[in-house]
Amino acid sequence: MDTKMLELKAAQMRLATWNMIYKAGTGHTGSDLSCADILVALYYTVMNQTPQTFEDQNCDHYIQSKGHAVEILYNVLADRGYFPKTDLESYSQFNSPYIGHPTNHVHGIEQNTGSLGHGLGLASGIALAGKLDHRGYHVYTLMGDGEQAEGSVWEAAMFAGNYHLDNLTAIIDHNKLQISGPITQVMNSESLTAKYEAFGFNVIEVNGNDISELVNSLKKQNHTGKPLLILANTIKGRGISFAENKAEWHHKVPSDEQYQQGVKELKTIIGGLKNE
Amino acid sequence: MSEQAKIGDVIVAELSKAADKDRNILAVTSDSRGSASLAPYIKKHEEQLVEIGIAEQNSVTVSGGLAHSGKRPFVFAPAAFLTMRSIEQVKVDVSYSNNNVKLIGISGGNSYKDLGATHHSLQDLAITRAIPNLEVYTPADQYQAAKLIQYLAISNEPAYVRIGKVALPNIYSDTKNAFIKPGKANIVVENGTDVALVSSGETLHIAIETASLLKMQGINATVVDLVSIKPLDIELLNQLADKTNLIVTLEEHSLYGGLGSAVAEALSPRGDIKLELLVFLMNQ
Repeated sequence: MDTKMLELKAAQMRLATWNMIYKAGTGHTGSDLSCADILVALYYTVMNQTPQTFEDQNCDHYIQSKGHAVEILYNVLADRGYFPKTDLESYSQFNSPYIGHPTNHVHGIEQNTGSLGHGLGLASGIALAGKLDHRGYHVYTLMGDGEQAEGSVWEAAMFAGNYHLDNLTAIIDHNKLQISGPITQVMNSESLTAKYEAFGFNVIEVNGNDISELVNSLKKQNHTGKPLLILANTIKGRGISFAENKAEWHHKVPSDEQYQQGVKELKTIIGGLKNE
Repeated sequence: MSEQAKIGDVIVAELSKAADKDRNILAVTSDSRGSASLAPYIKKHEEQLVEIGIAEQNSVTVSGGLAHSGKRPFVFAPAAFLTMRSIEQVKVDVSYSNNNVKLIGISGGNSYKDLGATHHSLQDLAITRAIPNLEVYTPADQYQAAKLIQYLAISNEPAYVRIGKVALPNIYSDTKNAFIKPGKANIVVENGTDVALVSSGETLHIAIETASLLKMQGINATVVDLVSIKPLDIELLNQLADKTNLIVTLEEHSLYGGLGSAVAEALSPRGDIKLELLVFLMNQ
């Protein structure tokens, strides 16, 4: 899939997610829109995992540590054929497996997350198992930047660096906002590059809303002997003008008027990409 | 076999045998290879050891990832840190995600004695009992510990095992019936129905000695080994309640949430039992 098609896919996933959150009246809107391009890059072109090979221990793995951005993950998985898109009509309803954080009751989701600070350790365990068994798979995990305040992240980072897990790529969705406000004001985690380098990672900084940059950095062979940390600079709420860079949209549901405006904006983006 | 043995030594020896046959067995340690007496295992299976450093939370989470990839990790750490510092990791990365991780809580109860309350683990059974999808065991002698590890090495269920530090006298004569299956308790003394002493782990031998003292006074006791704290042998407990005048529990744990609580919870629906909380503290 070429870059334009991936960009179109990301815009379509944003629209599907926007619709889902509006209909259900719940969801982590800003976080979903922020990392849409990262998930599209991973699931449509980087990882060798498919619905058919999901159970195969030799295929790539993905652990979504920032579990709250689950709505975009659901839509990507459905679009990739892990389950019917119509399943998502039950999102957030009683007895539905499609709840507000990822669970492995959903085909395509490997580990249950939601409580922050678990993904990097889980991914490190999977990466170490791959090393021990000489399997060729690669492990990806997506964290939030607010999540970096969790101490368990740094226990896992120290472990991954110590074991030289070069089959592990951790991505930080660095939108610089968390639920209470700017990261730098709530709990300043800068410099993440310096911190991860000190913990034994190879760090690459990219525009996390640029599919081309993402794909290039994710596909690049890692010959450093170190785990890779991709600091993906993103915009929270990306794609909806009035939600962009607004902490309040972390877990906000659009009003009727906002919903219609958002649909209009996303359809304009989609139309533009189709016409290119 | 010697008349007594340290349960930790037996667990390590048995795990080493399991690792001979299954290269997916891993011992995971948080700088606790000394206190967990892992040296004999490491001598034979260094490649099946994962050192995490002093990071108990990460030892559980990494083990979740290892188990997800087909490994059979046994995490060795002091019971106090493994079940309290790491409890969210146990809940999420072991129980909730259903990862086949075995948690070996060493030096449980008051084993660390003069090292102080930071190292004491008198709440671990209460905590682990409350976690769904987690079996809980307290082996009482070397035969039972060996049989339990044989089971855990092939089972696919997450489990917590609490052991102590000192050598424990033999209660069973061999491994055959020392541990039968999850949820199965053993009657180890059957003198009569005046009183039933229900215990497990490090206090089971005290219950047996107590039964001997009672017999000298004409009181006939039954002693039950509740090795499987969860799942619980509710059927056997009800049979005891049917035919015994008094049930007394002995344990090295807080009054809240341990073996005594488990027995009381199991029998309370009957409505024909009077529960009394009588506290006897032993001075080691």
